[in-house]
Amino acid sequence: MLTRRRLLLTLAALAAPAGRAAVSYPQVLPRALVFPQDFGAHPDFRTEWWYLTGWLGGPAQPLGFQVTFFRSRTDVDPANPSAFAAHQLVIAHAAIADPARGALLVDERIARAGFGLAETAVGDTDARLSGWSLRRDPATDIYHARIAARDFSLGFTASASAAPWLQGEAGLSHKGPEPLQASYYYSRPQLKVQAQLERNGQLQKLAGIAWLDHEWSSAALAADAAGWDWIGMNLDDGSALAAFQIRSGQAGRPPVQTYAALRAANGAVQLIPPAQLGFTPLRHWNSSRHRAAWPVAQRITIGTRVFETRPLMDDQELDSSLTTGAVYWEGASELLEGGRPVGRGYLEMTGYPEDTRFIL
Amino acid sequence: MLWIWWQLIIRYAWTWRLRTAVQVLAITVGVSLGYAVSLINGAALAEFNAALREINGEADAVIEGSRTGFDEQLYARVATDPAVQMASPVLATDVLVAGTPDEYPPRLTVLGIDVLRAAALSPTLMGDRPGTVDSPASRFAIFGDGILLSPSALARFNVAVGDLLSVQAGGGTVALKVRGTLPGVRPGSLLGVMDLGFAQWRLGGLGRLTRIDLRLADGVSLEALRARLDLPAGVNLAGPDATGARLANLSRAYRVNLNVLALVALFTGGFLVFSLQAQGTLARRAQFAWLRAAGLERGQLKRLLVAEAVSIGTVGSVLGLFAGAAIARAALAALGGDLGGGYFNVGQPVLGFPLLTAAGFAGLGILAAVAGSYLPAREAAHTPPAAALHAGGAEEVLRPLGRIWPGLALLLAAGVLLTLPPVSGVPLPAYLAIGAILTGAIALQPRIARLVSRPLANCLQATRAGTRAPMLLLAANRMVQAPGAAAIAMAGIVASFGLMVAMGTMVSSFRGTLDGWLVQVLPADLYARVGQSTTDAWLPPADLQRISTHPGVQRVEFSRAVPVQLAADRAAVVVVARMIDAADPGAALPLVGSPLAWQPDMPPPVWVSEAMVDLYGAQVGGMLELPLAGRLQRFAVMGVWRDYARQFGSVAMRAEDYQRLTGDRTRTDAAIWLRLGVQAADVSRELLQTLESREVIELRAPDEIRALSLRIFDRSFAVTYVLEAAAILIGMIGVAATFSSQAMARSREFGMLRHIGVTRGQILRVLALEGALATVNAIVVGLLAGLVIALVLIRVINPQSFHWSMQLIVPFGLIAGLIVALLACATGTAAIAGRRAISTSPLRAVHEDW
Repeated sequence: MLTRRRLLLTLAALAAPAGRAAVSYPQVLPRALVFPQDFGAHPDFRTEWWYLTGWLGGPAQPLGFQVTFFRSRTDVDPANPSAFAAHQLVIAHAAIADPARGALLVDERIARAGFGLAETAVGDTDARLSGWSLRRDPATDIYHARIAARDFSLGFTASASAAPWLQGEAGLSHKGPEPLQASYYYSRPQLKVQAQLERNGQLQKLAGIAWLDHEWSSAALAADAAGWDWIGMNLDDGSALAAFQIRSGQAGRPPVQTYAALRAANGAVQLIPPAQLGFTPLRHWNSSRHRAAWPVAQRITIGTRVFETRPLMDDQELDSSLTTGAVYWEGASELLEGGRPVGRGYLEMTGYPEDTRFIL
Repeated sequence: MLWIWWQLIIRYAWTWRLRTAVQVLAITVGVSLGYAVSLINGAALAEFNAALREINGEADAVIEGSRTGFDEQLYARVATDPAVQMASPVLATDVLVAGTPDEYPPRLTVLGIDVLRAAALSPTLMGDRPGTVDSPASRFAIFGDGILLSPSALARFNVAVGDLLSVQAGGGTVALKVRGTLPGVRPGSLLGVMDLGFAQWRLGGLGRLTRIDLRLADGVSLEALRARLDLPAGVNLAGPDATGARLANLSRAYRVNLNVLALVALFTGGFLVFSLQAQGTLARRAQFAWLRAAGLERGQLKRLLVAEAVSIGTVGSVLGLFAGAAIARAALAALGGDLGGGYFNVGQPVLGFPLLTAAGFAGLGILAAVAGSYLPAREAAHTPPAAALHAGGAEEVLRPLGRIWPGLALLLAAGVLLTLPPVSGVPLPAYLAIGAILTGAIALQPRIARLVSRPLANCLQATRAGTRAPMLLLAANRMVQAPGAAAIAMAGIVASFGLMVAMGTMVSSFRGTLDGWLVQVLPADLYARVGQSTTDAWLPPADLQRISTHPGVQRVEFSRAVPVQLAADRAAVVVVARMIDAADPGAALPLVGSPLAWQPDMPPPVWVSEAMVDLYGAQVGGMLELPLAGRLQRFAVMGVWRDYARQFGSVAMRAEDYQRLTGDRTRTDAAIWLRLGVQAADVSRELLQTLESREVIELRAPDEIRALSLRIFDRSFAVTYVLEAAAILIGMIGVAATFSSQAMARSREFGMLRHIGVTRGQILRVLALEGALATVNAIVVGLLAGLVIALVLIRVINPQSFHWSMQLIVPFGLIAGLIVALLACATGTAAIAGRRAISTSPLRAVHEDW
């Protein structure tokens, strides 16, 4: 599966080959985000995603779920008038994390945009791909998703109770030291979810809580970036925590970029200065499929507060062989503070395997 | 019983090594040819199917249009249908590769695929792109201007990854960057893979698809899907094997013909076994009589002789299977999977050796041997011992062979068989009729021999010529007295000579008619063509102008050939749009029969080839519906023409009608008439310097096209000639063996002749004359049978299998040459065989018996 960070890394390397009409991608410059327009797709930009992660079910039998739609603008000659010209690719990933199973239940889709089979609409969130869909109802601000995967079928609604949370500087999020190494980024935390999950012929009605990220960019990452650690956590008190670090490829060097922000239940946002932010591995899990030691539990220090993440299960590694080939860990995790659970969300890690491959 | 077996069969076989060897050889040659042809056909078809699976992958079903394809909007409808789990769109384009030194610009099939969808259905087409594994930059290279080529295509066009490949597609030339290889594609297959979006844009296929590969949802039947999809005209939904089945169909007639030719060798071998076995039985009749007198049952004797035939058949068959495998291997290496017939465009077929086929041919070989031995065995078993012990009764034994009704019955059966229709496109009854004619002619041969010889003998006696040529009289008399013996000797010759005459006549008729047809269809001074009707390239519009305005050109007729799929399991029909005057279509087309006059209130006129009448039931005066530009269009059939160039049907229509109905203004061919005094070679040279399509255009004078066509014709009949030669060779060996054993059997008779003062030389002359007379007889019978069979081939088998008619052109020279060779050979053989027979002393020879 392709993570947003991996996709950025990947697409960053996609300089237009010589001898072809170069595709020009817009730069990410400071501007005010406008809704509902910015809920929709931005097809001129190189890459974009709608990323929904969350927890379902009660404390006895919790499940994690992830549904992602990616849009990628390729460097196919813009002059090509063919309806099949792969100007835009749409990719979707879905995963269920069930500790009873011990490993992720995953499926993925990829297609070129066109013929109504794969589209990411402009104007509001409306992505579809081979029968999978994610759509925002503008009247109610409720997201509707339908995922008919190989081994499960998931349909849900996720309703927002607050306005979009603009990350970074009013929605402009820095991903590296250069001014243009940035993306537009907003989140929808604390989404209330009503889901229907069908597995092995059994239908479950489940309630839960989720987090949506929508991010788009054309920018390249810093050359020495090795990978990401990212969290998006819904705290039980109604607040939300977003944080990431872009690790340096050179051992011992400080991260290329760090970011953390807390939004209180009342909507007040506290940006944490990078100096007060720290990620520390607490426990590693060794993947047998790929040579990787994933720090599945991490300590995240934000100013005076010290959080720890605890995975729902260790093996939440993903290998997206059919769509991108990237290997990453995308796991439902609890957030602890002082040894006590205070929230639930997702930890995402990239760049740990030694044998990172690209199939497509 | 074992002892008898040993005495009668093994020792006899050893004593008569040559005869046994010839019998075994006859079966061996027949079985080996049959098995080889069948192996080659099987390998070629298997190769094609494997190549097809490689391309179609694991699709459950395929939606297919003709080469011109269908509107891409159908894809959206199909892909979203709940019955369809996965739909993978394909645009197949046959482009011409420029800049090769070939006589014809080579064709490359380029599949435009959606790599994201095809990955699931046809993993072979994903290819190997250098750098893909660790460099993300090349991940999307397939979406751009890249082409992936099969290893054979890289070698054939002499390009490497990173090079540019220049191809003619549609009306223009495109340079494609070779971005990778298709290592999984079978050797020999010329294939390229491009991104569908890029292929549509650069290969002139915007808005079109030619195929959609489908994986169906569980429990969906093809019929149900077909019913709900409501596909446009000319587009079919078929199972995954449809293309393979179509190829099997389109080459079936050719393959069956080759198989039948190979079986002819076995058939002739069967007659040869008969000849020699009859001789052998006659020679051993005294022994048999003793055995019978000693208490051997009639049935036991018969079984013994059949067992002997089975042994011969088994040894011959086993040797034949090995020889056949070797022949198949050699022929595949030399001629390719279609043996020069031009039906398969596939890679190098791999021979499999299926046990069932081997068993089948071994069975046929044994059957031929047993069938050849049955009559002699029955006669031997039924002859009363006393009669058999009595010397000189050999002709008595052969008397049943002189019966007239079996031969007449066989000829009658042939007549009935010829009225029957072909069995699923294969003229099986007609082939059986040929067998019946041949067997019937051989059965009637003793009667005919007597019929011919008696007047000769009478004449010799009456004119007293007999006293001047007593040896001739002796020979003629023997023919009258013992026609059966001569008939036995000649069965193999009648069969092989008859078939040779038949095949020679058929090929000569075909070649002559084709030659005449070529003259008729090539009236202009110079012909230009871009691609064949099976490629997706045409003359660039600028070139049409350049050709028309060349100062040496008086007038040009442009035409367009478009393949149209009328049935999913048949090869495409070619629509030829050209200048035709509806009032005088004969000026443009080689018509068969007289055309109807077209009236402006009728639907647009078409003239169909003979195959359209046979395959699709088109009738002069009737209507024909053709899917053009996605719609069924109605046409009035005004006449039938002969089209040897397109075996699976073609329809000629007026260029203006075609253009009005389809909007297609492209042209693939040009017939150019030059001004007086202008040389075609000069115009051709000048055009080749100025035309855009100069790297792929074929400019040829009619003479050159004729020579090329006839060369292709000869090549495709090369295998036929080889098989024929094999049949006649067996026949010749048979004559030698039969004469030799007959002469030995008659050593008593010769001893007697020597005794009464006939010299050795005179006996040899009698033998030579007998040989000549018998051969003349066989030639007469074979010639008659052969000509009748030729008529069957020309009038029944060719129209039924290849759907074309031809005029009868008898190759007198060839037949005369054959006759001379046969006479010389038979006479010589008879005399040489006789030399051995009379080398024993007269006294011993006469005494042998009592």
